[in-house]
Amino acid sequence: MITRWAVRRVLLWLDGRVRIASVTRKTLAKVFPDHWTFMLGEIALYSFVSLVATGVFLTLFFEPSPAETVYTGAYGPMRGVRASAAYASAVTLSWDVRAGLLMRQTHHWSALVFLSAIVAHLSRIFLTGAFRKPREINWVIGLTMFLLGIATGFAGYSVPDDLLSGTGLRIAAATLLSVPVVGPWAAFLLFGGGFPGTSIIPRLYILHVLLLPGAIAALIGAHLAILIRQKHTHFPGPGRTQDNVVGSKMWPTYGFRSLALMCAVFAVTFGLGGLVQINPVWVWGPFRPSGATSPAQPDWFLAWVEGALRLYPPYEFRIFGYLVPAPFVPGVVMPALTFLVLYLWPWLDRRLTRGRGRHQVLDRPRDSPARVAAWAWGASFYGLLLLASSDDVVARYFQIPVFGIVRTMRIVVLVVPVAIGAVAYVLARALREDPEATLLDLRWRRIAAVIRRRPPDVEGGERRAAGAERPAASGEEGAGA
Amino acid sequence: MNGRGRRTAERLVAAAFALTVLAAVSFAAVYVLGNQTQLLGLALCLAFAGLAAGFAVWAARLLPQGPYVEEREAMISPPEARRAFTAELDADQEPVVRAALPRRMLMLALGTLGVALVFPIRSLLFHGPTPWRALRRTAWRDGVRLVNADGAPLRPSDIALGGIVTAFPEGRLKDDHAMTVLLRVNPARLALPRGRKAWTVDGVVAYSKICTHAGCPVALYVQTAEQLVCPCHQSVFDVLKGASPVAGPAARSLPQLPIGVNAEGVLVARGDFPTPVGPGYWRSA
Repeated sequence: MITRWAVRRVLLWLDGRVRIASVTRKTLAKVFPDHWTFMLGEIALYSFVSLVATGVFLTLFFEPSPAETVYTGAYGPMRGVRASAAYASAVTLSWDVRAGLLMRQTHHWSALVFLSAIVAHLSRIFLTGAFRKPREINWVIGLTMFLLGIATGFAGYSVPDDLLSGTGLRIAAATLLSVPVVGPWAAFLLFGGGFPGTSIIPRLYILHVLLLPGAIAALIGAHLAILIRQKHTHFPGPGRTQDNVVGSKMWPTYGFRSLALMCAVFAVTFGLGGLVQINPVWVWGPFRPSGATSPAQPDWFLAWVEGALRLYPPYEFRIFGYLVPAPFVPGVVMPALTFLVLYLWPWLDRRLTRGRGRHQVLDRPRDSPARVAAWAWGASFYGLLLLASSDDVVARYFQIPVFGIVRTMRIVVLVVPVAIGAVAYVLARALREDPEATLLDLRWRRIAAVIRRRPPDVEGGERRAAGAERPAASGEEGAGA
Repeated sequence: MNGRGRRTAERLVAAAFALTVLAAVSFAAVYVLGNQTQLLGLALCLAFAGLAAGFAVWAARLLPQGPYVEEREAMISPPEARRAFTAELDADQEPVVRAALPRRMLMLALGTLGVALVFPIRSLLFHGPTPWRALRRTAWRDGVRLVNADGAPLRPSDIALGGIVTAFPEGRLKDDHAMTVLLRVNPARLALPRGRKAWTVDGVVAYSKICTHAGCPVALYVQTAEQLVCPCHQSVFDVLKGASPVAGPAARSLPQLPIGVNAEGVLVARGDFPTPVGPGYWRSA
């Protein structure tokens, strides 16, 4: 009761000075639609909180310096080894600082959860068409956070200056170097000279602890402000229209649910951080020019690029007599195209579906089989690239020659995603004809009907037909600009 | 909710928060007793799991469930508000700047200032040579001695048949760019490109250790096949045929270092690598 009294006093005190009563009341009464997939973005948000909290702890012990020193800490096998201050301090904070390893591992796991949650959130937005007008801005902001998150993650696992991350930095340097015309200058400016140089660790550090997370934090603010301003989308259903929001109130039910999710995310990140070892830098050893770890895999959020580097054939070409080396296409062009298409998707989707109005009611995935097919293609294509980044591990485990895997995977990554996309398209079409059905209810007869017989009403006016069943899904708000 | 269900829910919430109390105390106790990462993590995991369960049950069983309905205002202003807004921007049809000259000069000023402010980026490369010069050459020169990773000069006898030794230019043990591998093969089996016979010493050949694909050190030597393998992306180079790529994503041979023996019997370079070492970049040669 004392808390209640105190909170009330403080809020009323504030209201007497900045007049917050009505705006706070509105915020507390704000309605948030209920669906479990609407919580995926929150998982990303709360793992970012976990990242910042554990990261601040780490900054108090980590020394981002390439200066050579001798490790003298508690980890016996490394005692007396000459290494950079960055590496020595990373081992020290893992072995000598109490709870240091817990914080370091939780930090790393939180990064993996953060980026996984972003991908899951992005998939939900994609499959339900939540990126459509008026939410293109938040789509673009979200993608930018995804990119910044990948960059922060890469900078983060590179700063301990261990042998594994040094190998990753080499590949990053070579990839940057491969860019036509500006590549060599870009790489030399970033590294302050040739690889490895002495500038890269402090530079990655300041990117990792200040510039990139600062940008992410600012974009999170914008993302949430726009979300609150526009109000959340909801799924079609009785009483749900383009002009209302149906769900729980921010205070207290939604707030409590969100707090529960936050604590659950922390439980997972600290649980993983305590119980599941990740990136044991003392096992990799310090970076040294002549060494490389094998097998060497990056974190999953960059492994798809690594997989592409491995599968791309030994093919280099020349423009005006100048060399364009092999890493350029898989390491630069492919990721750039990926993000370009993602950034432009709201506008591409508009062309495909001719849905130009404002959308407050979501599509179900099945409402747009083309989108389902595109997502399935992407999930399998990038998933297979991710698998290809571990081809050496797979080869060792199954005792098969790695080049057989590479040759097979080169074809598989091109063919299988197309096949999966086609299957997903057919399944979505079959499901669309029966809004009540789930994937498990599907019978072969219905699927075969989609493949063989193309009923005329589904052929041309498919979107109108789908909309007519549920008027709520197709209505448009306002007149448009 | 009836009174009984409510009481059960309240007890569940209390039990969940009690778990947090226990776990938090254990965390503090484990911390005081020593640095046991697994127990610390488990304790924090349970502490947050207790909070999560408590809040979740509280939200699901003890709080109003709705559904509530809120009106959604159109995310576009009414037409007259939009017209009034653009009119205000146009300052009532009175352009902010009447003459073109100050406006154009402002654009030019901002443009030049913007370009000028890009210049300090060049400071990021504040010492050392420019990229193309640094990438083209290494520290190897005629007569420079080959030393191992500890700085000891290397003699042909230090490289056993089937062995692999990493060499650096003397005095430059951290020179990644000049890193070289020495291998000894049966000289009769060597099938090097024309004119390179004299670049070897009794079957000892020297190649750049930096993979021409993505710059990893080519650290694995498969002795039986006489192939060098890059551990990063599994590029394979044929040692007998001038380290030409035979598999994997690398498209160019590892450059070969011409080597010889000086008067003391120590291995020396006979010049620099004939072509740039390491991953490819925008270059005409």
